[in-house]
Amino acid sequence: MSVSETRKRALGRFLVIAIPFIWLGALFLAPFLIVAKISLSTAAVAIPPYEPLISWAEDGALVLTLHVGNYKLIFSDPVYLIAYASSLRNAAVTVVFTLLLGYPLAYFIATRRENWRAPLLLLVMLPFWTSFLIRIYAWIGILKPNGVINGVLIWLGLIDKPLMILNTNFAVAVGMVYGYLPFMVLPLYAHLEKMDWSLLEAARDLGAKPARVFREVTLPLSAPGIVAGSLLVFIPAVGEYIVPALLGGPDTLTIGATLWNEFFSNRDWPVASTVAVALIALLVAPLLALQHHRAKGVKTMSDKP
Amino acid sequence: MNITKTLLAGVAALMVGAAPGSAADAVLNIYNWNDYIAPDTVPAFEKATGIKVSYDLYDANETLEGKLSAGNSGYDIVVPTLVPFAARQIKAGFYQPLDKSKLPNYGHLDKGLLARMEAQDSGNAHLVPWLSAIVVMGYNVDKIKQIMPEAPLDSLRMVFDPKVVEKFKECGVSIMDSPTEVFPPALLWLGLNPDSKKAEDLKKAADLLKQIRPSVRRFDSSEYINALADGDICLAWGYSSDMEVAKHRAIEAGKGVNISVVIPKEGAERYIDVLAIPKDAPHPEAALKFINFIMQPEEIAKTSSKVYAMSGNADAKPFVSPEAAADPVIFPSPEVEKTLFTITASDPATDRLRTRLWTEIKTGH
Repeated sequence: MSVSETRKRALGRFLVIAIPFIWLGALFLAPFLIVAKISLSTAAVAIPPYEPLISWAEDGALVLTLHVGNYKLIFSDPVYLIAYASSLRNAAVTVVFTLLLGYPLAYFIATRRENWRAPLLLLVMLPFWTSFLIRIYAWIGILKPNGVINGVLIWLGLIDKPLMILNTNFAVAVGMVYGYLPFMVLPLYAHLEKMDWSLLEAARDLGAKPARVFREVTLPLSAPGIVAGSLLVFIPAVGEYIVPALLGGPDTLTIGATLWNEFFSNRDWPVASTVAVALIALLVAPLLALQHHRAKGVKTMSDKP
Repeated sequence: MNITKTLLAGVAALMVGAAPGSAADAVLNIYNWNDYIAPDTVPAFEKATGIKVSYDLYDANETLEGKLSAGNSGYDIVVPTLVPFAARQIKAGFYQPLDKSKLPNYGHLDKGLLARMEAQDSGNAHLVPWLSAIVVMGYNVDKIKQIMPEAPLDSLRMVFDPKVVEKFKECGVSIMDSPTEVFPPALLWLGLNPDSKKAEDLKKAADLLKQIRPSVRRFDSSEYINALADGDICLAWGYSSDMEVAKHRAIEAGKGVNISVVIPKEGAERYIDVLAIPKDAPHPEAALKFINFIMQPEEIAKTSSKVYAMSGNADAKPFVSPEAAADPVIFPSPEVEKTLFTITASDPATDRLRTRLWTEIKTGH
């Protein structure tokens, strides 16, 4: 191999690696650093409504002022931790139910004849053509006291006065599962569809019952799809604001609502930014742990003779 | 920082389709409250001036303030509430002074109201009154009477006496999701100064609000209009103009929902919403044209009739619909007017305390 060719290859390799890094840097790291910077400031009545970190002192010295009080605040007042916990719980409930509903659906689509799969997948994605906000508003009409569900139940004579479904945690769970279901179905389908179905046949030929085939072959093979789908649902679900705001009751405390309060009611962008930075730390830490665990798993596998 | 600002300005200019401050102000971006203008005002203005209007909505002063705080909002006209919002926004340098030589209709404005506004806006340099209304109670009368025939409809007891409000829990109680509209009446009900900024007073009001909390189904600032009109709730605390909209929507729907809007006899908060031009408005000339257009008594009277609020225009009342003109909630008698109070701006520490207490009231944490 000539020197120039080696150099070309190195450049190619560099570009291939650089593009995703530039992407991450511009769309994740840069906004995060801006938010992190604001979190170290204090609120001011101005545009923008916080004090600059760097200022000139009277003697001409350049002064960098970092306030860590905001971080102390969010750990000293339990309301922030409670909001995080309740958002994590909401997201976990959403993951469990989207998985329970999404797995059979993805399995069903993946096992249809090839010419049926595309239209079925289209049906899963069709709701995206309408704004998320409008679809959640539609749920108000379905769940409210004078709404569709109560109307049908009263008409059938099953209840005589409307059930309070709207503005409860149950309504939030319904809205979240509805909204995030496609994010679970699509990665699951992608993994199930490319699975080697002859392995299932082999398991059956060797005498395994359907339940055992599913447990020992299908499930492990689709595990990456389950992990991908769960992360795709879990991460945006933690920061979800719209669904709890529209379908939840007044006692639904979420991190989204806490951010709104800090930004708009208190006009305190620094504290709001602190809450956001803490949320990112909360989300990134488990991801890194997972990545680390996986990397170790791969390593032990490759170490095997 | 300057590079960022320039970039942002460029993006904002691209979004609104013109360079900031360009001479050809053929576009006007208005940011106003929901349900807060007559439907034919904007088309009439477009026809009269050839300016194309883009019209966005918000349902809370906080939302507007958030957008303006970031700078380069792209809006040319916004409608904040005078106190505490517009007052502190002027101090923070949000708005540009009005060139009154371009507002020949300025003389129609209510001098009394302008004098009241001067305390917040010296020389009335930045603000023009839009509409003024009151924070009141709204009822689904038939449902309330059915539950409690002797209900004290004209008193704050309906909302702030825990024993009374709990009777209406089942049929639905909605309270504005805005501590600045709920703490003052709670303080008033406790016999304290409704404008009090003392931490101990605010805590007392919060204790009262925690007692009525189990009876409240929803804290919200715009959904209650439809919920009241559809009969999903029977008692609401909110803006009189919203309640009146709900009342008339219910009449139009013809489903037998009968709504009544009442100013509590103990007193209520009168608020003034004002027009202002943000300092970085891309089309200030068009904004002035719109303000002058809407200051014609006939024009603002249409909005006043449509959204059921008193306008800040002294000459508009003769043009208001007879039904609105006779409505004692829109134009209260001088005796009732005397019981109405206004609140003043508070410092950030008080705001934080109030917001924190509000979260505690709503969520229990």
